[in-house]
Amino acid sequence: MLRTEEMLLNMGPQHPSTHGVLRLVIKIDGEIIREVDPVIGYLHRGTEKLAEDLTYTQIIPYTDRLDYVSAMTNNYAVVHATEKLMGLEIPERAEYLRMITMELNRVASHLVWVGTYLLDLGAMSPFLYCFQDRETILNLFNELCGARLTYNYMRVGGVKWDAPDGWLQKVEEFVLYMQKELATYHDLISGNDIFLQRTRGIGIYTKEQALSYALSGSNLRVTGVPWDLRQHQSYSLYHQFQFEIPIGEKGDVLDKYHLRMQEIAESLKIVKQVLGVIKEGPIMGKVPKVLRVPEGEFYTGVESPRGELGCHIVSNGKNKPWRLKFRRPSFYNLQILPDLLKGENISNLVAILGGIDIILGEVDG
Amino acid sequence: MDVFFYLGPIILMLLLLGFVTYAILFERKVIGWIQNRPGPNQVGPWGLFQTIADVLKLLLKEDVVPGKADRSLFKLAPIIAFVPAFAILAVIPFTETWQFGDFAVGLLYYIAISSITIIGILTGAWASNNKYSLLGGMRSAAQMISYEIPLVLSVVGIVMTTGSLDLNDIVLAQKKVWFIVPQFLAFLIFLIASLAELNRTPFDLPEAESELVAGYHVEYTGFRFAFFMLAEYVYVFAMASLTTCLFLGGWLPLFGLTMIPGILWFLLKFSLVVFSLFWIRATMPRLRVDQLMQFAWKVLLPLSLLNIFLTAIFKEIPVLSSFY
Repeated sequence: MLRTEEMLLNMGPQHPSTHGVLRLVIKIDGEIIREVDPVIGYLHRGTEKLAEDLTYTQIIPYTDRLDYVSAMTNNYAVVHATEKLMGLEIPERAEYLRMITMELNRVASHLVWVGTYLLDLGAMSPFLYCFQDRETILNLFNELCGARLTYNYMRVGGVKWDAPDGWLQKVEEFVLYMQKELATYHDLISGNDIFLQRTRGIGIYTKEQALSYALSGSNLRVTGVPWDLRQHQSYSLYHQFQFEIPIGEKGDVLDKYHLRMQEIAESLKIVKQVLGVIKEGPIMGKVPKVLRVPEGEFYTGVESPRGELGCHIVSNGKNKPWRLKFRRPSFYNLQILPDLLKGENISNLVAILGGIDIILGEVDG
Repeated sequence: MDVFFYLGPIILMLLLLGFVTYAILFERKVIGWIQNRPGPNQVGPWGLFQTIADVLKLLLKEDVVPGKADRSLFKLAPIIAFVPAFAILAVIPFTETWQFGDFAVGLLYYIAISSITIIGILTGAWASNNKYSLLGGMRSAAQMISYEIPLVLSVVGIVMTTGSLDLNDIVLAQKKVWFIVPQFLAFLIFLIASLAELNRTPFDLPEAESELVAGYHVEYTGFRFAFFMLAEYVYVFAMASLTTCLFLGGWLPLFGLTMIPGILWFLLKFSLVVFSLFWIRATMPRLRVDQLMQFAWKVLLPLSLLNIFLTAIFKEIPVLSSFY
């Protein structure tokens, strides 16, 4: 009998498909994974601790750097929690602008996922198509707030900049274009036999597993739980609009792909509806010069493209939070990875890891 | 002795190298167009000097040999991988006269020599003493050996029809009809198997950058790395040439257009094959390693055996045998 040994393989933090600086310490037996140990923290910047010494407005740019693929939603999470604690009234136009930017950001974020995921599977072209369409969204944001990734767009009480002339028109053009473009994506990807073979039945987990790991967002919905904070907590003005919560059936990676494609379509639907009702008006509510948040605690969750992005503020009545805690969905979603990978072939590793859709800025916080 | 006897092959060799250089540029341009971007366009007009600049850059790079690598094997491996790639070009007939050497067993020579490269790849992977390159090398060996079999079996039909392993004879036998018509099944098998032999998408597992970073050549830098890449591109060139000779009638003209010289016909067909290789690369994701093996042994191998069987039967049917 030939003696065989387990091999310890270090993957990352400089590996092309760990989507940043995630490090995986993998024990493999031949090509079968026996154990995976994700090592995180290479991008830790101590956002929560830093926030304790910053005023509420100063915290906003730090949130841009958490989930840098959908910074608008992060902005909103902290702004929303502060507003709730202070009991502020937000003008309608500001709220609509927030919704447009958040939903467009969700589209951009999912496009990044589709592109990079296909790149992980070895297909190069979809990546470039996705990034071209995402580029249009980034250019729109650039026009709106002068930044392509770290927007720093929202403020406690409203938004910083009003939409420039013709901007809403451009958004509408993009929505119409993108709705057609989605069919092209389906043509290119959804029917591809190699893609189906590599994703069907891969990375399956049950509803119970998902709930016990506190997964949220598309990672939870893929198991068939229709849980979406936009409908279930109805923050902002989402209750005014019609949209559906797509859910998966089998819970494999292929389902995740279809689910995220449907979410893009739903987000576009929301943007279109908002564009129909948005009117001229103020973009900032009545907010005191110095934001003193009354003593108390408040937790609020918003639906980021990756799941429930929570923001827990503990205030002692000063202009800085006593403690600020983010429930970062990528961090929670990553926890299921060792379970999913045990016993899998190593060539499925990238397909499963990519399916979770983590952003390392958010995992490390 | 004739001076041309010595100079001729050297000139042909230089022409070939020039052609390989521009095939690389062409690949990048084609993929660029498919992906809505211009491709290389900064170095020289229309990016014409891009490949030259890349090669020069690689020449200037430091030559690193990892501390724990097996030094002599590490240095030998690129040569083992690279030499056969050029050696197989000897038997490709570009036209009736443009050929390095006319062997009676040209096809056999091609297949035999080309499989030496895998030894170079495996040596390099082992000598690097890196886990990723070892995984890549193992995959590479498994893949190339598996796909070698359907590749060889798919051309057996042609050999049976022509009764010769000489590539000149094979081309000349296609005067009436190209082998792509009677041997269409063999053509498909050959195309797929050659993609796998070339380590190209969707069979580029040995160097799957999203899993194995770069596979077997992950530790190679500078010109040793360039040797591996050059070998790969020369193989693309050689495989496309072989496809042209075997299935597309080599230098033979279409529609009796004999005033166009044979070399242009060859180039045209060759470019068509190369373009389709690039096209596939731009479109397809990568197969998984077990699916890859299943495909070779469960689909391609039975099909190529079936092709041999059918060829043998058709040869005996009087009406059809005129084609064969």
